Amino acid sequence: MSKRIIIDPVTRIEGHAKISIYLDDAGQVTDAEFHVVEFRGFEKFCEGRPFSEMPGITQRICGICPVSHMLASANAGDALMAVSIPPAADKLRRLVNLGQIIQSHALSFFHLSAPDFLLGWETPVAQRNVFGLIQSNTDLARAGIRLRQFGQEIIEVLGGKKIHPAWAVPGGVRSGLSDEGRAKIRAWLPEAYATARVALDLFKHTLESHQTEVEVFGNFSSLFMGLVTPDGSWEHHGGKLRFTSSEGALVADQLDPQTYFDYLGESGESNSYLKSPYYTPLGFPKGIYRVGPLARLNICERMGVPQGDQELANFKSMGQGAVTSSFLYHYARLIELLSAIEFVERYLDDPELTTGPLRADAGINQLRGVGVSEAPRGTLFHDYTVDRDGLLQKVNLIVATGQNNLAMNLTVAQIARHYLRGQEISEPMLNRIEHGIRCYDPCLSCSTHAVGQMPLRVRLIAPDGAVLNEVARG
Amino acid sequence: MAAKTLIIDGKAVSAEEGATVLQVARDNNVAIPTLCHLEGVYDVGACRLCLVEVAGSTKLQPACTTKISEGMNIQTDSDRLRKYRRLTLELLFAERNHVCAVCVSNGHCELQTLACSLGLDHVRYDYVFPKWKVDVTHRLFGMDHNRCILCTRCVRVCWHIEGAGTKNVAGRGATAKIISDLDQPWGDSESCTECGKCVMACPTGALFHKGATAGEMEHDRDKLEFIVNAREKQQWLP
Repeated sequence: MSKRIIIDPVTRIEGHAKISIYLDDAGQVTDAEFHVVEFRGFEKFCEGRPFSEMPGITQRICGICPVSHMLASANAGDALMAVSIPPAADKLRRLVNLGQIIQSHALSFFHLSAPDFLLGWETPVAQRNVFGLIQSNTDLARAGIRLRQFGQEIIEVLGGKKIHPAWAVPGGVRSGLSDEGRAKIRAWLPEAYATARVALDLFKHTLESHQTEVEVFGNFSSLFMGLVTPDGSWEHHGGKLRFTSSEGALVADQLDPQTYFDYLGESGESNSYLKSPYYTPLGFPKGIYRVGPLARLNICERMGVPQGDQELANFKSMGQGAVTSSFLYHYARLIELLSAIEFVERYLDDPELTTGPLRADAGINQLRGVGVSEAPRGTLFHDYTVDRDGLLQKVNLIVATGQNNLAMNLTVAQIARHYLRGQEISEPMLNRIEHGIRCYDPCLSCSTHAVGQMPLRVRLIAPDGAVLNEVARG
Repeated sequence: MAAKTLIIDGKAVSAEEGATVLQVARDNNVAIPTLCHLEGVYDVGACRLCLVEVAGSTKLQPACTTKISEGMNIQTDSDRLRKYRRLTLELLFAERNHVCAVCVSNGHCELQTLACSLGLDHVRYDYVFPKWKVDVTHRLFGMDHNRCILCTRCVRVCWHIEGAGTKNVAGRGATAKIISDLDQPWGDSESCTECGKCVMACPTGALFHKGATAGEMEHDRDKLEFIVNAREKQQWLP
């Protein structure tokens, strides 16, 4: 029983992280581990609750991506009821997810990551944050903050509030899009496009002077996983799963998320509360895969919107087969951001959005249901088993940050190997390791990084297990 | 019936003999917090939220069950009363699992509204965190004992408005609970008429429409008063 508890709580990991770097006799880095040492327990205390309450409960896992949990949960509810939700409800759910992607990606880029490469690795921590960015580049910071607001406004227009809207429910959604809400979103579009463009240009300019980062920040072979449409286009809600390799080869396609357990295994690490999922046909750790913006762009053939497709072509030219550097998560994120704005515009003109019913009604028709949605950070699974009355018996949540856990370990080791000289843990090296983690935009950075740094402990461990050096921050 | 004269919060008022302090206070626009009181059914004085001070008595009296008398001097608001009301609410919150943020009645809950109005921003007692099973065996309704405050409104409307007598109280003290028939799953109850009056009456999210999601459950408590007025006074007033 205690083992299960250790494996379970990947649900929210913002806050405290620990990194161990292992050295060989020659003092060279052999391995690194990124530990998340928090326990949330959502999977356990949801047991016994009615499934209809789950979107409201599970979205409390996170204040940044509550919409993702709400959607995956509602989706799992649809599966338990065995219903197809009304077309308008499906489109409205997609619209709210686009709002979620926009606000979270804007947060990741402008508030969390941009200060590192715009202000420089050597900049003191006190200035290398969003407030430093506000001081040095006021217009950019304001535009970034407003772009996040745009995404939040979409969520509020649909769900009634920006954070934790109890709006998507098993069977559909609770309310439609008003004319007033539609006009409000439309009025924001020109500004949102302009800011997304500025961010893209800025990052492409940054890349010119950051080729070392592209080379060493998590640049390795792995599988990539995410949702795609039936014709292989970018997908964020609904759709089926696809795996591709670093060479760009199709490994598996159109896998049904309902049976994810047939091809995804979960390896529990004793030193971390994160579970490490892997693609079972290739085994552990060969089946390591990455999720999130980088993976979604690697697996899809097109975005399905003009500006996004143009950027996707440029993105794909950066890799042979797939784009393998995790530093380019940032670029992928910005392409998704731009594409999401284009999709929002498309939905606003869709007459089907305001027609017909919004909520299918049914009892329990299946005792197990899996919900899946692309959260900003990657594919999110909610797997519920219920009794005949709809009370939760078992809950399994597979969260994006957990799926990227192994990749984050490799990233930390790669950065350490490149920058570590002797046993000294220097501030710029610490900053780079931190940023290596930040490329994945894991939830653990949500709470504290916004004011400059994540609580981080780095330990150098000799072959005999002796701790050679240890630096703690936060 | 004879009229009685009394003082409420320093103001002289008169009312018919047999009226309760609560009725007279409300007729004179004096607000007294209540939880177990429900228009349309008799009072039981269970929640102790409506306690008032009566001059000449050191004991606090529940306004809902205390009948007025000539020359009574009543205080409905004081530091002492606020302290007791807050304490009562804190104990209610500590006793079961009231998680407003994800509750079906969030925003439409009388317990939550009262707690807000009395400035209850924290509870000084350890939460008990009891394990109560949710009963969603009924076709239409659910019962979550975690959110029940044992006001017995559901029992009273079931027996005295609907006349079905499905709902009852079993057990004692902190382990007391609302049951259906002889403590069987609600869905198995043979006496339940599925009228939904108990759900309308519930002050919290303990009784809800099946499938309700966070904040979605709105209890139509006025409907009960409407039914009683229609039946007893032949008045069909909305």
